[in-house]
Amino acid sequence: MNALTSLLDGFGTALTPINLLWAAIGVLLGTAIGVLPGIGPAMAVALLLPVTYGLEPIGAFIMFAGIYYGAMFGGSTTSILLNTPGESAAVVAAMEGNPMAKSGRGAQALAAAAIGHFAGGMVGTVLLVALAPAVAGLAVDIGAPDYFAIMVLAFIAVTSVLGSSRIRGLASLLIGLTIGLVGLDRMTGQQRLTFGSLQLADGIDVVIVAVGLFAIGEALWVAAHLRRGPPEPIPVGLPWLSRGDVRRTWKSWARGPFIGFPFGAIPAGGAEIPTFLSYVTEKRLSRHQEEWGKGAIEGVAGPESAASASAAGTLVTMLTLGLPTTAVAAVMLAAFQQYGIQPGPLLFEREPDLVWGLIASLFVGMVLLLALNLPLAPVWAKLLRIPRPYLYAGILFFASIGAYAVGGEVIDLVILLIIGLIGFGMRRYGLPVLPAIVAVILGPAAEQQLRRALQISDGSVSGLVGTPFSVTVYAVIVLLLAWPLLKKAVTRRRAEH
Amino acid sequence: MTTPTTGLPPEPAGRRSWLRDHSELGVCVMLLVLGALVLTDALTMDVDLTQRGPVGPRTVPVVVGAGLLVVAVLLAVDVVRGGRGRAETGEDVDLSEPADWRTVLLLTGVFLGSAVLIEPLGFPVSGALLFWGAAFALGSRRFDRDPLIAATVSLVAHTVFDNLLGVPLPGGPLMGVL
Repeated sequence: MNALTSLLDGFGTALTPINLLWAAIGVLLGTAIGVLPGIGPAMAVALLLPVTYGLEPIGAFIMFAGIYYGAMFGGSTTSILLNTPGESAAVVAAMEGNPMAKSGRGAQALAAAAIGHFAGGMVGTVLLVALAPAVAGLAVDIGAPDYFAIMVLAFIAVTSVLGSSRIRGLASLLIGLTIGLVGLDRMTGQQRLTFGSLQLADGIDVVIVAVGLFAIGEALWVAAHLRRGPPEPIPVGLPWLSRGDVRRTWKSWARGPFIGFPFGAIPAGGAEIPTFLSYVTEKRLSRHQEEWGKGAIEGVAGPESAASASAAGTLVTMLTLGLPTTAVAAVMLAAFQQYGIQPGPLLFEREPDLVWGLIASLFVGMVLLLALNLPLAPVWAKLLRIPRPYLYAGILFFASIGAYAVGGEVIDLVILLIIGLIGFGMRRYGLPVLPAIVAVILGPAAEQQLRRALQISDGSVSGLVGTPFSVTVYAVIVLLLAWPLLKKAVTRRRAEH
Repeated sequence: MTTPTTGLPPEPAGRRSWLRDHSELGVCVMLLVLGALVLTDALTMDVDLTQRGPVGPRTVPVVVGAGLLVVAVLLAVDVVRGGRGRAETGEDVDLSEPADWRTVLLLTGVFLGSAVLIEPLGFPVSGALLFWGAAFALGSRRFDRDPLIAATVSLVAHTVFDNLLGVPLPGGPLMGVL
């Protein structure tokens, strides 16, 4: 089927009143949660995972997509008005946005960010429509050895590209793999790390791990270092742009997606790198060099557009290969697993209604985001004044609902707390959380593919590198691993000259 | 970021402060223990009859366990050489002050308490206690407002999840009365 006709069918799904409602709820909830300090998009989706027990998959994913985009925009709002970015992707928004807000141009900064998100999301989703079926088509024939290779690539990429210490990333990855091992072995039914407990035989539910690492871990970490007297947000009116502002920013909005989208699609940390690259690009191209650092509007417009497009890129990889490249995608993948749906090349054939409904809802969500966020900006700004005890008490409260909802077991709450304490320790000692959650979600699947591949090759390791695809992937992995050594060699040679 | 600290010589009476500076070694110990646990569990597993195919249920746990041991040692080397994990920052995080352990312990206790109470008292009550207790632990002392907010949040959440979203939460004796 042609992508365009499928997309039109998707709009048929997305525009039903009930799905429109989910999209609107997702966008509003996502923005509100994103604005709230201390809650990023990943925690927002993790806390809302329990709704998957009561909702149809299409409605749930439409809502999650709305939350993803909404929370990213909300995070930038916080950055601009408070100058204390919560997640790394919003750091760049603070660099020019906060000086703008301080000098009374907060309304313009928010407008540039909102329209940037709209433009980036639109272009990114168009690229998603154009590319995803093709990628899925290419990937349809890949077998167990190829899947295993891609998953190893994901593990290596999240541990070595992101974060600054590889050894700490690796520690986090292994912790995640260990959590994923708990339970009955899927192929032989052997008990692993269950210590004879019946509850552990089912394994630790991904929802509990995600909520524990992202919500409980974060809440406890903030509680240990709660800022006395939270920063005062800068008051702001309705966002608007003058004609001169638009003339300065439209090119930045247009350039952003082409930086953001490719980075979102590869496992390189989502929006963090592209927002920074976009910032540097805009700075180089700007005719108003004197304004940079004091509030140049291009420095808000470009990166925000790149951030939004990177979310679309993330979805390409997640939907077509089943690989999460960001924490949000990892948690969304957990939601797919809750429904027993396996994202991957076959998803477009098996669940066309779901996929195309989801993609169409991205366009709908983008329009809603723009239409709602411009008028609601002053309301969002008020959310920044929420008393912190209530905020973090609320996070713990909703986290406990999430864990209890998994199976109605008190023991799940205890496991949740233990994983939360692990998450606390990881934040304290700089172990990144992303490798752990990716390992919990992909680890069991990777083991299955490995064993399947070796069964086919009758135990010969050569079965793992038997296809051109897997060989290519392993070559990329070697490059990734060798990169720091290569870089060192190059700089040393330069220094010698 | 692993920032090398300038090579201060250890003070004579500084064993405790050395340990405090190198508290990250605790992470290495945890990884060692975890690795040993995974390895023991894997090696004591009875696999002969159930093994199908060349890679059995043991292989991956053995690799993960061994990996944990190796990483624990490598991390210890990094820490002793002066490498430090960078603590995570955030909007409400102030790293300039030492960690407030009292709050963390209180929150942990409140959370465990509400977990114990959820079945006998029902979610609306245990949830409200969790919210209020957590807010109290985090420094909120509005005795007129806090319990009211906690009760409202808990009742609304119970209604939304239990009735609207179909996520069953125990009502407890209170919902039986209402």
